Amino acid sequence: MTRINVTVDGVTYEEDVEPRLLLVHLLRDRLGRTGTPIGCDTSNCGACTVMLEGRSVKSCSVLAVQVDGQDIVTVEGLASGGTDWHPMQRAFHEEHALQCGYCTPGMIMAAIDLLKDDPDPSDEAIRKGLEGNLCRCTGYTNIVRAVRRGAHSMSQDPEAAAAGARSAEEL
Amino acid sequence: MTEEIDAGMVARRIAEDGDLSEPAPGRNEVGAARRRKEDARLVTGRTRWTDNIQLPGMLYVAFVRSPMAHARVTRVDTSAARAMPGVVAALSGADLAGEQGSLPCAWPVTEDIVLPDHPPMAVEEVRYAGEAVACVIATDRYKAADALEAVEVDYEPLPAVLDMVKALEEGSPKVHEAGNRSYVWKFGTGDVDAAFRDAPVVIERTYVQQRLIPSAMEPRAVVAETDGDFFTLHSSTQIPHILRIMLAQVTGIPEHKLRVVAPDVGGGFGSKLQVTAEEVILLLLARRLGKPVKWTESRSEGNLTVHHGRDQIQRLALAADADGRLRGLRVDLLADMGAYLMLVTPGIPILGAFMYNGIYKMDAYDFTCTGVFTTKMPTDAYRGAGRPEATFAIERLMDELADELSLDPVDLRRRNWIGHEEFPYTTVANLTYDSGNYEAATDRALAVFGYDKLRAEQADRRERGEPVQLGIGVSTYTEMCGLAPSRVLGSLSYGAGGWEHASVRMLPTGKVEVVTGTSPHGQGHETAWSQIVADALSVPFDDVSVIHGDTSSSHKGMDTYGSRSLVVGGIAVVQACDKVKEKARHIAAHMLEASPDDVEFAGGTFRVRGTDAAKTIQEVALAAFAAHDLPPGVEASLDSEATFDPENFSYPHGTHLCAVEVDTETGATRIREYVAVDDVGNVVNPMIVEGQVHGGIAQGVAQALFEEAVYDAEGNLLTTTMADYLLPSAADLPEFTTDRTETPATSNPLGVKGVGEAGTIASTPAVVNAIVDALRPFGVKDVPMPCTPERVWRAVHGGGS
Ligand code: FES
Ligand code: FES
Repeated sequence: MTRINVTVDGVTYEEDVEPRLLLVHLLRDRLGRTGTPIGCDTSNCGACTVMLEGRSVKSCSVLAVQVDGQDIVTVEGLASGGTDWHPMQRAFHEEHALQCGYCTPGMIMAAIDLLKDDPDPSDEAIRKGLEGNLCRCTGYTNIVRAVRRGAHSMSQDPEAAAAGARSAEEL
Repeated sequence: MTEEIDAGMVARRIAEDGDLSEPAPGRNEVGAARRRKEDARLVTGRTRWTDNIQLPGMLYVAFVRSPMAHARVTRVDTSAARAMPGVVAALSGADLAGEQGSLPCAWPVTEDIVLPDHPPMAVEEVRYAGEAVACVIATDRYKAADALEAVEVDYEPLPAVLDMVKALEEGSPKVHEAGNRSYVWKFGTGDVDAAFRDAPVVIERTYVQQRLIPSAMEPRAVVAETDGDFFTLHSSTQIPHILRIMLAQVTGIPEHKLRVVAPDVGGGFGSKLQVTAEEVILLLLARRLGKPVKWTESRSEGNLTVHHGRDQIQRLALAADADGRLRGLRVDLLADMGAYLMLVTPGIPILGAFMYNGIYKMDAYDFTCTGVFTTKMPTDAYRGAGRPEATFAIERLMDELADELSLDPVDLRRRNWIGHEEFPYTTVANLTYDSGNYEAATDRALAVFGYDKLRAEQADRRERGEPVQLGIGVSTYTEMCGLAPSRVLGSLSYGAGGWEHASVRMLPTGKVEVVTGTSPHGQGHETAWSQIVADALSVPFDDVSVIHGDTSSSHKGMDTYGSRSLVVGGIAVVQACDKVKEKARHIAAHMLEASPDDVEFAGGTFRVRGTDAAKTIQEVALAAFAAHDLPPGVEASLDSEATFDPENFSYPHGTHLCAVEVDTETGATRIREYVAVDDVGNVVNPMIVEGQVHGGIAQGVAQALFEEAVYDAEGNLLTTTMADYLLPSAADLPEFTTDRTETPATSNPLGVKGVGEAGTIASTPAVVNAIVDALRPFGVKDVPMPCTPERVWRAVHGGGS
């Protein structure tokens, strides 16, 4: 067992973990952060995507011991105060970019990360940027529209846009 | 995008204008692009997936699965596994043999069908790679996975049976003692011999519908618990109601002692329309161990053991006159059942039997389907279930016939389709299509697509011998959905009916609870049913909540599949609302001291005709609750329920057009334009409908271009991961342009038709037709699916197929 300290959605945890424990299982089974789901066992689907130190990672391909001392934001930590949705969450809702919603947490995290490098992406850049996140329901047309809308609102309202990344410190 | 009509822009404008989410004052809810009620928990991660459930003392189950396609199980030794830390139990099939029963098949399509025993856990013989032979139960999922290694199983290999044609040959190794032919099912109308005799043109083709893996994003998961008397099973299922009945029958747990819950379910597409081995075993384990047990599959486990879809060989012959008029169609199918018959395995190709004629008129039709056993994962429902295969066949044949006669493929279709003035029309397959307007949908699609301009570009590229050729694919589909009239299901030997149930409760404060027997897993019923009820009872959209997916709160239903929820379940909701209003009218009349005959309901208010005396439905609800002064003999409740059994199927239709650029030097294909004009009758929520169409098209395109479950020569599945089984990502698909025409259904009061499967049914032939169209100058008449660059390249360079 290894002792780790980790901050998840603004809460600090100290946990003893087996070296082989996956981050996604730490989040789901130990910390009750079940908002982040698992869709595969080969790092292909992206359903498990979270922010680690402000950048997206697939939490099924990271070991819990690797995140010692680091800051994680999951989809559950995006809405500031829990109610004020991140513009990307709103955009997914407005554009009907989800059906079953299983891919949605990972898709939203990946989309937010994508905009960090390219705040005004073309449709093609959005499609390429989300290549590591699979959705079986929507056919992606509305996801692309949502990311475009999310990018637009975030450029209008950088405050709100930063909320997700900031929430860790604020809470 | 074309200059004629930019329907995509219209759709986008609707989506971008948040205000359109709510109907204008005085306008109906039905028809508004309401944003979904479901989304709030889904975008914030407050979800209730089955795997999220953790209960005190919960144990975790993992399965030892056969690495062989076919073998005798000679020894299973679980003792070493049982000795490992944290392992509570380890059981073989033999340990459960006395109580596990046999997994059900509800659709024995013929009297003499071979319907083998299907033990949830193999006891003596395994018949597909991945079949469970033992399970371990431990205190956490890692320990359970560790213990799998310690279970020793000895197998004595038996020959794999993989090829359907060879499986039917004399002397082939057998999957089951009774042989590899499960059934032969025949259907026909008219004099098909006469239709083919002296026919000026006969097109004969064989198409292969490759095996697909449905791949819902949420892997299956099951949680079972009991207090020793009563059992609760949570499962990632589309069919909590059917599952409850079936599990009661298989396990002997009385139906009234069993509650089945489908919490949030992450997609299904037919794959969760099943009674699975794991669901049965988890119940048995909960009973045996007295502890809550959970099992969640890994994706690799799921690719092996979630039922597969399609897998048919279609031998087809189409006879026509010289002017292209269709005379007759012969269909001879081999359908791969896999190793066992699961819930509706044998019925899937039969669902297609009535659709091979598509939207066309013809004189005669002959259909034969042979169900064949192989040592592969059983097949069963996957989005469209039988109808995509049928539509692919006829739409591909129509393009081949057009080529043979040097006719434009749209023109050939016009010569044969049912005219809009001919509805209701009874087809050669004996279905009565209630309504449709193929001309309107096609004209609209051609305009949006810019058909003539693209044809001109195609001619130009051909002329210049460009390496990248342009192909245009046409698919004018219809389908039968809204499963289904109970009497029809009965006549097809299906084990249950096709009705749906709803109840509507007026609460004392005027709010409304709707209990539905449908079981949504992405379709947005909470939103759509709220819209329907808001109009029916004239209550605010936000005052309605929808309860579903739990047999203890929604006790009666037939669940969600076959594009049935709105056209059957939604109508049950409408009928229940009608009963609420009728009850309320009597109480309102009493309150208003008028005769019920003089009281009318409009805008949420019961009013004595010709006066100002009125009571709102909320006031009536409160009066019914208080019950201080009700008319004699009237019970203190407005609550009502309805069970609706449709009289006919639902027949959505549409025209899908696909333009594909094919690089003849590399075999690479790129969809340049995809236009879908669907007619699903009246629409409750255009945003949800568009979403269903998008997702459906994506899955159909994926069959055409990317996906195939591949078994090797020994019967091992090679495509066990998402790295091997190519689900399209955003980068692999184009933007879809959608539009609609609206020809109301005449078979239900909302005038609605099903939409869930339409996109999948329509799109596969549109894409393949486009690829073949691009390659016609090279003598290509077919490219087998999936049309990978390698296959396309081979088709070009092999001088045909
Ligand atoms: S669960 Fe992490 S990528 Fe699929
Ligand atoms: S919404 Fe279901 S997988 Fe994306």
